[in-house]
Amino acid sequence: MFGYYMQLALASFRRNPGLTSLMIFAIALGIAVCMITLTSYRAAANNPAGERGEILFSPSLDSWDPENAYDKDDKSLAPNQLTYRDAKALYASEIPDRKIITYKTGDIYTRPDKGMDPHYIGTRMTSRDFFAMFEVPFLHGGPWDAKADEGPEPVIVLSKEENEKAFGGENSVGKTLFWKGREFRVVGVLDHWEPMPKYFDVNNGAFQDMEGAYVPFAWGPILELGSHGNTNCWKTEIIDSFQAFLNSECIWFSAWVELRTADKQQAFKEFMDNYVIDQKKHGRFPRPLNNYLYDVDGWMKRNKVVQDDNKAMLIMAFAFLAVCLVNTVGLLLAKFLNAAPIAGVRRALGASRRDIFWQHLTESGVVALAGGIVGGILGVLGIWALRAWYGRFVEEATRVLPFDEKNFVIVVAIAVCAGLLAGLYPAWRIGRAAPASYLKVQ
Amino acid sequence: MLSMTNVSKVFRTDLIETHALRNFSLEVKAGEFLAVTGPSGSGKTTFLNIAGLLEPYESGSYKLDGIEVTDLSDDARSKLRNEKIGFIFQSFNLMPDLNVYDNIDVPLRYRRMKAAERHERITNALEIVGLAARMKHIPAQLSGGQQQRVAIARAIAGDPKLIMADEPTGNLDSLMARQVMDLLEKINGMGTTVIMVTHDPELARRAHRNVQVVDGQITDFKPYEVRGATPATASMGA
Ligand SMILES: Nc1ncnc2c1ncn2[C@@H]1O[C@H](COP(=O)(O)OP(=O)(O)OP(=O)(O)O)[C@@H](O)[C@H]1O
Ligand SMILES: [Mg+2]
Repeated sequence: MFGYYMQLALASFRRNPGLTSLMIFAIALGIAVCMITLTSYRAAANNPAGERGEILFSPSLDSWDPENAYDKDDKSLAPNQLTYRDAKALYASEIPDRKIITYKTGDIYTRPDKGMDPHYIGTRMTSRDFFAMFEVPFLHGGPWDAKADEGPEPVIVLSKEENEKAFGGENSVGKTLFWKGREFRVVGVLDHWEPMPKYFDVNNGAFQDMEGAYVPFAWGPILELGSHGNTNCWKTEIIDSFQAFLNSECIWFSAWVELRTADKQQAFKEFMDNYVIDQKKHGRFPRPLNNYLYDVDGWMKRNKVVQDDNKAMLIMAFAFLAVCLVNTVGLLLAKFLNAAPIAGVRRALGASRRDIFWQHLTESGVVALAGGIVGGILGVLGIWALRAWYGRFVEEATRVLPFDEKNFVIVVAIAVCAGLLAGLYPAWRIGRAAPASYLKVQ
Repeated sequence: MLSMTNVSKVFRTDLIETHALRNFSLEVKAGEFLAVTGPSGSGKTTFLNIAGLLEPYESGSYKLDGIEVTDLSDDARSKLRNEKIGFIFQSFNLMPDLNVYDNIDVPLRYRRMKAAERHERITNALEIVGLAARMKHIPAQLSGGQQQRVAIARAIAGDPKLIMADEPTGNLDSLMARQVMDLLEKINGMGTTVIMVTHDPELARRAHRNVQVVDGQITDFKPYEVRGATPATASMGA
């Protein structure tokens, strides 16, 4: 019978192409808007650290201006980066299971042996635990050892993409790159790695590109590598050298610690507070004691990776879909009732209420299927258009929810369910109509 | 074939109650050709709709082919209607967007018949009404008489025991009306019971038996003897 209902649905579309297109378009529009909004929302709300997000913490110390809170909108917040001195002090703690301090820099690299066009590589200064803490996948080699952090030794880890550019994708472990007049030895090559959002560095933008190279943190002061991310200062200080800059109250470093037990978390928080209390004796930290230890989720919330706007947009998008569906209910009802005399004749010829119900529900389903497919295509086009207009953010965001066949099928399935839902009442209504009243002589 | 005893039907609106049928009793024998006449608004169509299981009724009992239908579910009624009854309407009531073949297919589909059997029955029915050459036409491409013959083919395709026709010639000129009447007699001759509502006394006279409905009741019982023949032989002679 289903095949017959399908046939009838198609015949009905041919009879009424205008109204049918309107319904398809209504569903398609609702689906497309939801798809686009959901994409950016999912991208922002994603927690790429998974369960490990509960034992990874980013410390935040209120080293800011006594006159002005760091965040004017939420005065209770402490700054989201650290000064060099504080970062080093936290890094010195023995409490964490793992720890890193990090910032973002970058420069022109060359390859000494054979011709590689010198080019800029965004570079992350960090320490060896970085790779284990954030579960960074390696293709070749591995992290540098602890000795290399201290030395520091001229070692470098390349991203998969950078390794392709510099070494044509071959195993480059042991080869060297020239940077700042020094030879850096490749110890590891990453597999493609792109957590979304880039949770360990959200203050520089949750959807920023990944760095192409990783180098021991201690090279920063030696090579006088400034930050290529955000730097914020509040104090009037004389900064006439890189060393003076490092000793200033300017913040441009992040720290992350892995604390696997509640005891350690407690102990580290106390360590932070004690450190600040001690620093106050030296005339620093003029504000009241106000330190935080954020887990990954808390860190992303504190940095508003998912903005209230995103949530409001998402609710609006689903409300819009609901409006589209209500409209579809109305259109279906009008269409079905318009053809009620024909349903009456079918009843006279032996169709039961159930037959009439399923026939019309099938028609709703086919409309919804078409709406889903059109909506899916509109959604993809919409995301492309957004990319063209707004550039990278959307592009990055869509990478979390790529529109492969599976997602497309899901979108269409959602549309069909929505369409069936919209068709339930009209199909039921038409099934209840008394056939005799439609069979009268016209 | 059909037996109604004291069936009552009331249409209620906010303002008025219309007693469309009052203690309506009628018996129709298998193989009979019955003509139902009566003034407009007397309840003829209401009777056909109730007899055709398209409309509920307030009280009384109704047996169709020996089955008491009063308390049947919608599914059971629909099945019964599909298997035992063929409808013919004054305004043809063909599906405008289906061709002749697919129109005749409709009742067979609801009987969940296999494609091969449906095909055989459709071509058979078209043969009987003489429209085999028009099976790909849509209703709008046919004359009124042809449309009514398609409707007749649709009514008989499922091989029902009972044909109910509500003024089947009402929208046709006299020549076409006669053709349709000939067809109904032919079908009746093949053993199908026919109940036909008509305003045309000439057509009514061709039936085995006439009953008149006035004010929701049968007024004049005229037994078969009026025509002086048994149903089957009467139709053969026509
Ligand atoms: N759906 C309805 N609602 C209210 N009253 C109705 C309804 N259908 C029929 N009636 C009333 O019931 C009575 C019988 O109607 P019915 O259609 O059976 O008459 P009829 O004998 O077929 O008339 P005609 O010869 O004009 O077709 C009429 O008075 C009519 O107004
Ligand atoms: Mg009538």
